[in-house]
Amino acid sequence: MAKASVSPSAEERLILTKKNRRWDEVRGRSLVTICAVIMIAATIAVTVFLAQKGLQSFTVNNINPIAYLTSANWNPTGGENASFGIFPFIFGSLAVTFLSALIAAPLGIGAAIFMSEIAPKFGKKVLQPVIELLVGIPSVVYGFIGLVVLVPLLRDHFPGIGFSLFAGVIVLTVMILPTVTTIATDAMRSLPNSLRQGSLALGATRWQTIRKVLIPAALPSLLTAIVLGMARAFGEALAVQMVIGNTRDIPGSIFDTAGTLTTIVTLNIGHTTYGSIENNTLWSMGLILLIISFLFIFVVRYLSGRRKI
Amino acid sequence: MKKMKLSVLLAMFALVIGVLAACGGNAGGNESEGDTSGDSNGGGGEASETSIVVAGSSAMQPLVAAAAEQYKGENADADIQVQAGGSGAGLSQVQEGTIDIGNSDVFAEEKEGIDAGAIVDHQVAVVGMTAAINPKADVDDLTKQQLIDIFTGKVTNWSDVGGADMDITLVNRPDSSGTRDTFVKYALDGETPAEGVTEDSSNTVKQIVADTDGAIGYLALSYFDDDTIVKSKIDGVEATNETIGSGDFPIWAYQHSYTNGEPEGLAKEFLDYMLSDEVQTTIVPEQGYVPMTDMQVERDAEGNLTEK
Repeated sequence: MAKASVSPSAEERLILTKKNRRWDEVRGRSLVTICAVIMIAATIAVTVFLAQKGLQSFTVNNINPIAYLTSANWNPTGGENASFGIFPFIFGSLAVTFLSALIAAPLGIGAAIFMSEIAPKFGKKVLQPVIELLVGIPSVVYGFIGLVVLVPLLRDHFPGIGFSLFAGVIVLTVMILPTVTTIATDAMRSLPNSLRQGSLALGATRWQTIRKVLIPAALPSLLTAIVLGMARAFGEALAVQMVIGNTRDIPGSIFDTAGTLTTIVTLNIGHTTYGSIENNTLWSMGLILLIISFLFIFVVRYLSGRRKI
Repeated sequence: MKKMKLSVLLAMFALVIGVLAACGGNAGGNESEGDTSGDSNGGGGEASETSIVVAGSSAMQPLVAAAAEQYKGENADADIQVQAGGSGAGLSQVQEGTIDIGNSDVFAEEKEGIDAGAIVDHQVAVVGMTAAINPKADVDDLTKQQLIDIFTGKVTNWSDVGGADMDITLVNRPDSSGTRDTFVKYALDGETPAEGVTEDSSNTVKQIVADTDGAIGYLALSYFDDDTIVKSKIDGVEATNETIGSGDFPIWAYQHSYTNGEPEGLAKEFLDYMLSDEVQTTIVPEQGYVPMTDMQVERDAEGNLTEK
């Protein structure tokens, strides 16, 4: 750093570098420590804040938490007859999440196997970039395409009015497919080659190797891929809101309209005043979303812990 | 070195937890949540003379933004930020003092958690709305009773109200929305609408009504600018500035701009400007609203109609 007019001796230079090195060390370490602390603090802050806001419906407004979770009657603006039962939205959220995972899982894992085992070169050069591009498309675009293309299509060819649980499931499937595929592909690629070679040496065909050796070996990671996809589907609000219809009834079939926790929150939060019971019950929905997301994370941790390779 | 790292880490944690606790304590009182929720611009409370923040009703945002643009064109040093966010957010934030003007579709009296006595109402325009009907239903005039029957689900086919043989699909607004509030109160006489597709954005509602056979929703008059949807008459009365102004057409609401206490400085000047002839005769009708000057009737927060 210090540039003397006369160049310093070799020993002096060494001392200078040493000092610099030590300073570098401290600086680098504190920099990354600060980053970590900020991350942790943000997580804790969001959790504490949401818990505190979300519990107000029960502590301040005296809503029965059991009734809140299990009642199917949602009528927040009913005055004296107001009722706050969010079961239809919990049901709606879980329904779109599991159904979209059900479609996205085989598609995503199939694509992952194709990319890692069948056509690795084509997969890496063409398919992977294409799939990763899908991740970058904003959810409002998915929602808009759903609204102008998918909903009229469903209206013409299926029962119902187009806005439906099914429309939400399809939009979410497309949205989480890249997540599932990318993670599943990484999981398949990270399997040691000795597994493949060993299986082939024993006389197994390529398909037998994939089915009996590679998939079982990668199973925990593949499940992680699915759960992460589900977590994304569960938290998605905008795209779903545009196609699902946002009703407060439990759907009778997948072609009925439905509502999810996220869509009800985004639709209503701006219209409510802070501290009102309507506002508080929406915060409580946010808290429930967070708790269920944590559950997803725990499942992921558990599955990762079971990974053998 | 290792020990030092640990102590630094602990110190940071203590700091973070301290800040957290402070925030948490703050949010416990129901007055200052805006500070922690992060959706308001931190220190906007003490607005300087030349800079104000307006937020609230997204339905009003285009009107107020257009007026603010024009005002800024005439007063170069004035800085008026117009944000949306919803009527509830606008009222809450103006009550907290985090914004200078809070826009709302509804009277503050109608919103829980707002002390209507503490904030001052400035009615800047009137918005009319009516039922929007899919053209294939072949209906363009409904009695109020028919409207109520349709929206409460008693009538489920358009042929029952003189239209085509086609199922009725309802398009609603979110529970707390000001548009829904107005429509329920003045078109449905307070009856709760049956379940239907629920969307917040007027443009989305318009598109759904236009595309879905037999759909009916409700929209502000400015959205009836083409023939993709039918603008329904109510009891034979067409919704126009004249019929609303005379009190013949019932479904309308004031567009409120609330201030925390009597407005001062730029906030006052801007609200005066909103009510000036310059804005009321140009921007207000251009944006599809009824000017305050056209209103021969007035309505209070309880919905009582009186001649001016």
